[in-house]
Amino acid sequence: MATYLEFIQQNEERDGVRFSWNVWPSSRLEATRMVVPLACLLTPLKERLDLPPVQYEPVLCSRPTCKAVLNPLCQVDYRAKLWACNFCFQRNQFPPAYAGISELNQPAELMPQFSTIEYIVQRGPQTPLIFLYVVDTCLEEDDLQALKESLQMSLSLLPADALVGLITFGRMVQVHELSSEGISKSYVFRGTKDLTAKQIQDMLGLSRPAVPMQQGRPLQPHEQPVISSRFLQPVHKIDMNLTDLLGELQRDPWPVMQGKRPLRSTGVALSIAVGLLEGTFPNTGARIMLFTGGPPTQGPGMVVGDELKTPIRSWHDIEKDNTRLMKKATKHYETLANRTAANGHCIDIYACALDQTGLLEMKCCANLTGGHMVMGDSFNTSLFKQTFQRVFNKGFNGEFRMAFGASLEVKTSRELKIAGAIGPCISLNAKGPCVSENELGIGGTSQWKICSLDPSTTLAIYFEVVNQHNAPIPQGGRGVVQFVTQYQHSSMQKRIRVTTIARNWADAQSQLQHIEAAFDQEAAAVLMARLGVYRAESEEGPDVLRWLDRQLIRLCQKFGQYNKDDPNSFRLSESFSLYPQFMFHLRRSPFLQVFNNSPDESSYYRHHFARQDLTQSLIMIQPILYAYSFCGPPEPVLLDSSSILPDRILLMDTFFQIVIYLGETIAQWQKAGYQDMPEYENFKHLLQAPLDDAQEILQTRFPMPRYINTEHGGSQARFLLSKVNPSQTHNNLYAWGQESGAPILTDDVSLQVFMDHLKKLAVSSAS
Amino acid sequence: MSVNQQAHTGPPYGQAQPGYQGYQQPGYGGQPLPGIPHSQYGAYNGPMPGYQQPVPPQGYFPSLGFPSKGSPVSLNSDTSSLAPNFIGLLRAPPTSGAPPPASGASLPSGHPVYSQFGQGDVQNGIPASAAQMHRPPASQPFLPGSAPTPVSQTSTFQQYGPPPGSAQQLSNQMAGMTIGSTSTPAPPPAGLGYGPPTSVPPVSGSFSATGSGLYTPYTSGQGPPPTSVSQGLPLAQPPFSGQPISTQRLPTQVPGFAPPPSSTGIGPSSYPPTTGAPRPSPMQGPPLPGQTVAGPPTSQPNHVSSPPPPSTMSGPHPGPSPMAGLHGPPPPTHPPQPGYQMQQNGSFGQARGPQPNYGGAYPGTPNYGSQPGPPPPPKRLDPDSIPSPIQVIEDDRSNRGSEPFVTGVRGQVPPLVTTNFLVKDQGNASPRYIRCTSYNIPCTSDMAKQSQVPLAAVIKPLATLPPEETLPYLVDHGESGPVRCNRCKAYMCPFMQFIEGGRRFQCCFCSCVTEVPPHYFQHLDHTGKRVDFYDRPELSLGSYEFLATVDYCKNNKFPSPPAFIFMIDVSYNAVKSGLVRLICEELKSLLDYLPREGNMEESAIRVGFVTYNKVLHFYNVKSSLAQPQMMVVSDVADMFVPLLDGFLVNVNESRTVIASLLDQIPEMFADTRETETVFAPVIQAGLEALKAAECAGKLFIFHTSLPIAEAPGKLKNRDDKKLINTDKEKTLFQPQTSFYNNLAKDCVAQGCCVDLFIFPNQYLDVATLGVVTYQTGGSIYKYAYFQLETDQDRFLNDLRRDVQKEVGFDAVMRVRTSTGIRATDFFGAFYMSNTTDVEMAGLDCDKTITVEFKHDDKLSEDSGALLQCALLYTSCAGQRRLRIHNLSLNCCTQLADLYRNCETDTLINYLAKYAYRGVLNSPVKTVRDALINQCAQILACYRKNCASPSSAGQLILPECMKLLPVYLNCVLKSDVLQPGPEVTTDDRAYIRQLVTSMDVAETNVFFYPRLLPLTKADVDNDSLPAAIRNSEERLSKGDIYLLENGLNIFVWVGVNVQQGLIQNLFGVSSFSQISNTLSTLPVLENPFSKKVRSVVDMLQVQRSRYMKLIIVKQEDKLEMLFKHFLVEDKSLSGGASYVDFLCHMHKEIRQLLS
Repeated sequence: MATYLEFIQQNEERDGVRFSWNVWPSSRLEATRMVVPLACLLTPLKERLDLPPVQYEPVLCSRPTCKAVLNPLCQVDYRAKLWACNFCFQRNQFPPAYAGISELNQPAELMPQFSTIEYIVQRGPQTPLIFLYVVDTCLEEDDLQALKESLQMSLSLLPADALVGLITFGRMVQVHELSSEGISKSYVFRGTKDLTAKQIQDMLGLSRPAVPMQQGRPLQPHEQPVISSRFLQPVHKIDMNLTDLLGELQRDPWPVMQGKRPLRSTGVALSIAVGLLEGTFPNTGARIMLFTGGPPTQGPGMVVGDELKTPIRSWHDIEKDNTRLMKKATKHYETLANRTAANGHCIDIYACALDQTGLLEMKCCANLTGGHMVMGDSFNTSLFKQTFQRVFNKGFNGEFRMAFGASLEVKTSRELKIAGAIGPCISLNAKGPCVSENELGIGGTSQWKICSLDPSTTLAIYFEVVNQHNAPIPQGGRGVVQFVTQYQHSSMQKRIRVTTIARNWADAQSQLQHIEAAFDQEAAAVLMARLGVYRAESEEGPDVLRWLDRQLIRLCQKFGQYNKDDPNSFRLSESFSLYPQFMFHLRRSPFLQVFNNSPDESSYYRHHFARQDLTQSLIMIQPILYAYSFCGPPEPVLLDSSSILPDRILLMDTFFQIVIYLGETIAQWQKAGYQDMPEYENFKHLLQAPLDDAQEILQTRFPMPRYINTEHGGSQARFLLSKVNPSQTHNNLYAWGQESGAPILTDDVSLQVFMDHLKKLAVSSAS
Repeated sequence: MSVNQQAHTGPPYGQAQPGYQGYQQPGYGGQPLPGIPHSQYGAYNGPMPGYQQPVPPQGYFPSLGFPSKGSPVSLNSDTSSLAPNFIGLLRAPPTSGAPPPASGASLPSGHPVYSQFGQGDVQNGIPASAAQMHRPPASQPFLPGSAPTPVSQTSTFQQYGPPPGSAQQLSNQMAGMTIGSTSTPAPPPAGLGYGPPTSVPPVSGSFSATGSGLYTPYTSGQGPPPTSVSQGLPLAQPPFSGQPISTQRLPTQVPGFAPPPSSTGIGPSSYPPTTGAPRPSPMQGPPLPGQTVAGPPTSQPNHVSSPPPPSTMSGPHPGPSPMAGLHGPPPPTHPPQPGYQMQQNGSFGQARGPQPNYGGAYPGTPNYGSQPGPPPPPKRLDPDSIPSPIQVIEDDRSNRGSEPFVTGVRGQVPPLVTTNFLVKDQGNASPRYIRCTSYNIPCTSDMAKQSQVPLAAVIKPLATLPPEETLPYLVDHGESGPVRCNRCKAYMCPFMQFIEGGRRFQCCFCSCVTEVPPHYFQHLDHTGKRVDFYDRPELSLGSYEFLATVDYCKNNKFPSPPAFIFMIDVSYNAVKSGLVRLICEELKSLLDYLPREGNMEESAIRVGFVTYNKVLHFYNVKSSLAQPQMMVVSDVADMFVPLLDGFLVNVNESRTVIASLLDQIPEMFADTRETETVFAPVIQAGLEALKAAECAGKLFIFHTSLPIAEAPGKLKNRDDKKLINTDKEKTLFQPQTSFYNNLAKDCVAQGCCVDLFIFPNQYLDVATLGVVTYQTGGSIYKYAYFQLETDQDRFLNDLRRDVQKEVGFDAVMRVRTSTGIRATDFFGAFYMSNTTDVEMAGLDCDKTITVEFKHDDKLSEDSGALLQCALLYTSCAGQRRLRIHNLSLNCCTQLADLYRNCETDTLINYLAKYAYRGVLNSPVKTVRDALINQCAQILACYRKNCASPSSAGQLILPECMKLLPVYLNCVLKSDVLQPGPEVTTDDRAYIRQLVTSMDVAETNVFFYPRLLPLTKADVDNDSLPAAIRNSEERLSKGDIYLLENGLNIFVWVGVNVQQGLIQNLFGVSSFSQISNTLSTLPVLENPFSKKVRSVVDMLQVQRSRYMKLIIVKQEDKLEMLFKHFLVEDKSLSGGASYVDFLCHMHKEIRQLLS
């Protein structure tokens, strides 16, 4: 058997699943003592080049409460044409189509390599994708122009049969009718008045012409989808018109007095967008793409008044509970987000402004619906332009990397229950025997809705071991978890992806070393971080940090090897060795530290942290640092101030930023222009190398990171200096060897100090 | 002055004046009348003659009647005649005192008249002559006449003798008789008119019974008649006639008669005879003969006497008849004239007509018939003998049309609105701007209450002037704004008194002394006038404008130029009828004719466009756009304007975009199936747009249906004809919901004026939809059952005129008055948030405000009463201005002065508006009764206090008010107060609102339409043919007539019209081929067609709205509609005929007097 590392990697590649523990403690008591919960990171749509979807329906367990999907772990009686459900042990007949089944003639879903399998099913009418642009017109002329161009460009990226719609807003909200010839026509709404979906539909003339409604007889739920919405038209029909229309968009014409913010009706605009789709295309994949250049300043969802002298709420205000508008606004957007999610639509937010734009209040719109959230300084930046373009990127098979209206169902064997999930999803409130009463994240359900997801969208799913200590699991028993993801593929197909995994049970008392060895510290770090961030949304920052610290200490106490009260004796095994360091950086990360970040930025960071896969998440927790020098090929170096040397070029990737930092000497050389001299071509190559690597990252990442090119002493160097472990500060600079890195002017504790404390606390008998 | 005025008034009523004279004599003892007055009186007499012509016959009758019936008439006439005589001889001048002057004036004229009469027997001629006569000339002649009086009497008698001749005349005479009867021989004549009833007690009873309802008047009339009659009858019959007459007359008559003449035309006419009359004896004599005559001629026993005379009179004396004002029965005989005059008086009094009418018209008739049986048949009051509006109008035209009206003198009564005259502003506002019900105001409120004459001014602040007159000058008093009184804030005007060498001025309204600002200081000359008097319009003119400073602006900001927003209904009905296309086409060219200020090159007004059905569509027509953009607002519950920039644009800059929009609108909605509309949100939208643009403006809303779509201001169909004549009828005039009132308030606050063009195919609830229009000073134009072919011209012309006409925005008007009176009530299309300021979002050149004044203290005769109307408004270029109109009036301590300086047209304007407002709160019947009662009180007060004592049976009308009964009757019969079955609720509400902002000229023609005999038109010049009275009797089957009332033009074609004329006018060969669906006359190249079309065009130009042309063929269905406008006839809806109504009034008056 390969090492656990290889095992973990294989599993991840095949199933898109990373568990915190890969051998499971067999009792509830033991599990709770493990400190890090049994949980996994699931990437439901992980791209699998080697996974051809099958064109038939999955076979389901016939027990109504189970309905698990036939999988390779099931016991099959080929002669009797029976299979036993490995969740409820129900014995099921194969359907007639499987009559020819035999050991040699197995359907794909029974083959071990298809622990993850995708079905294409034919259900219901296929509706085209829908893109509804909601565009802020209270922008500076440059910004608006850039945005218009981006939007026009995007039309060419859409599938020809996709439906597009346009809503613009400023002081008023305009819903543009796209079918009209000649005069361009739009429906205008007041930006200060929230309307119910019904009102919106009435006012847009979407209500069905008063179907001779017999009193008392409720309308048939789905009489026929109204395909003929004047506001959503196939791209191929109206791209010329729409291009012109976008071209003619004017800045919001209402005068803005000195000292005022423009009146921006984001709340109503979103509400109308939601209402429009709700009335026309419920339960169909649709993106509402909100482009906003500032905070909502009027109407429902208003984040700040239009007086410039009133600043937008800061963390300070929030701590002081001095945020009159925040709660109301948040509630408004939450309501909208829930409605949107219920309809299977998603909301993307592209907010580009130097000041805050109300992402804090609006975050749930993206978080609950799986939408994107992009924050930039201006629409006229490549950050926005390329990020936006990347939304429409296509995967290896020429399909959009987006899927809609997914529902994720998790089934567990009896020893496990589901505690909850954290990710861009909402609960579908599916109660069942496998739902735990203890909630972690969004719990109380075994199903979640993910309105929009892409191949990297990753959910954290937490479990609870419920097997009692006195009911031991037979030797060799395995716990099984099945993930069933139904979604609308970008090709409009309905698909179901089923992943079934199993792990061994182990008795924590007798086989702790197995369990220990099967610990996935990366996954655990991310899972714990998600829990921490999830808590941070509702709790005070310090509380979360304390909780994290305590968990860490307990973990060390549990798995460390030490003599009581002797910090120096403390050792951690290899599978835990990085974990404390992750926690150290997590504590310093913007996900938990709000200092120096606006509420909007925090929301933005957290949004992405809650949906990225493990690799990206780890980068976010602990940025990676590469060093380029003449001493050898580029190498990863410690994220430590000691890595900052004059003759090095550093490349730091924090996920949100790519920083290229020229050491002092390198910078001087560059200033002197050596790179332009033929005899110093190698220097030129050295300078170029990090740029090329950065480009590579820039090309693939979504959203596009902020790209920072700086040098020793440059003002932008702060991005680097704030991330590295402050091993050398103004306090201890001379305690360390000379010329070994750069001192950081900070009072933050360094990793060393952190570790010292940790050891002390872990070995302390007092705790 | 007064004299002159009187003279003026006198002339028209000349006859009446005589009455005055008579009156005055007794009453005033001739004090008032110095020599001058006399002369004036003479003039009056003159008029008398005018009337006399007609009168004579009457006179005869009266005389006859007198003897026979109440003969008061005759007596009166006699008396009147006497009066003149007296006057002439004795005191004519003095007697009449104030009134006398008139009479005096008339007298002279009278003379000629007489002569004329003598000569011209003609009926028509009479009027003319009468006119001349009436006026001063008459009086003069009269005087002489007076001298001859005795003779006249005799002559009269003689005449009487002859009168018997013509039957018609008889009838006329009868009329005269009645009048006369009322006057003198009360018994007999009265008997005639009322006589019968009176005479026969039972009759009276029966009458009352019958008449009660409709006839009430009549009945009452009858009733009263009885009273009078009773008196009269008994008297009249045998003894009375003889005795009373003689006795009374002699003494009373002389004076009394004089008064009678003063009364109505008739009276006057009779007066001339009066001259002869002076001698009561003659009178008696005449009466007697009259009676005798009457007896024979008159078919009626009672009236008989009178009738016969008339007949004879008429026959022989066309001249005299003219006197009466009626026909000009050409009785050449002068002698009769006196008698005639008498008759005239009598004729007035007599409403002989009534009887017959009664019989026919009124249920009472039967009774009547029974009773009157004897009297009735003959009793007919000759319509020709009662005061004729046409006559009065023609007289005034010929007497006052030639001289410019110079406003320098205080309290001058201007010419009638029907007269074309030039105005020279010398310190008082032109009557085009302000007209008063009376130019001589009682000094005390007791007097005012006693007379019941409403004191009101009809103000048209932005009236259009003829090109010959200069517009008000614009005065700029610099940064500190117009100079004003410190206390009452009155603006500098010609009546301010500068004192202390010009350093201070004393306010002419409140007497407060204010420092003259240094920059305004100027020395005074030796008369106390400022040296720069003639350089400053505000010191020398009655009307002028100030440039307002920023203090006079809303929010202390100078206003932006106003905007016009066109809001077009694009629901199914509007699109289908072609209306939308029509409007869009028209707007394309019309937008080039927006109002401009002075000589500006292009209009400063911006325009915007909205279409709507149950949602609203705004259009962005910014000049930089290639195509207009449409913005739909469906949130009608909470209206707002979706765009700012690009909604209101300059026409020239956005020309192509606008053109493109107007091209596309009809296409866009061509297939609409939306039938529901909203309304209130449309106004709100306009209002919000103006608010957003921070300017005032006007909305032009083109609307087709009841707004039933779910929205604020949604209405339901509440039309219910069953409510008519119930206490709930008033609800039909009230808005359904108060929503529109509040909306109107908001509109006014913003200066958002709403003009409404409606095209209903069914009930639209004009009463509610019109609220905003009405309160913002806008206009409603209604095109029921709009059809492109027939109504297009009318609509487009109205639209053009409405868009182009001069208009002020965001206006506030305040009327300041001398201490002693106060403006207490206002009528018109406006909104008032307090009790003094009239606020109008928009005020155009056709809008009129009627203001009523009440005493709150005493006025002094010396200083008179001053009015200053100040209108603060924003011009169409966005300039803030103040327009000031000043008017000085006389004050009097004698009621006679009041009555002599009244303006009946203005009075009617006020009364109509008062009544039309009354229907909002009271049952229509109450309103009608109150109206009748007030007029009866006015006339009774006159009779009691100003007219010479005479028999109670005599109807005596003040010269200036002799048309009051006929006009009042027209008001009472109007659709609002007495709707026929074919009149819709919307029509009534529409008319009600329309009349409320009409000026005097408009109400005049609206209530008493102009009827022109086209076939009599002179094709060679551009004059209009002489109008004729509105009665079917005047129509000849062989002629073509044109009738206009300001809203419609009817062309009535008699069945016997020559084919040639038909061919010339309609281009068809026979009567039967004339299409009555024509909305215009075919353009044919022949003199007659040209003439008629030019007449029509001329009339169209005169009116503020384009009139609908309707061709009516005699005996065709449409004729019913046409007959509705023949207001002197009994109307189908129960309105009384003129004659009947006169009788009724007479009865009312007598009741009041007894």
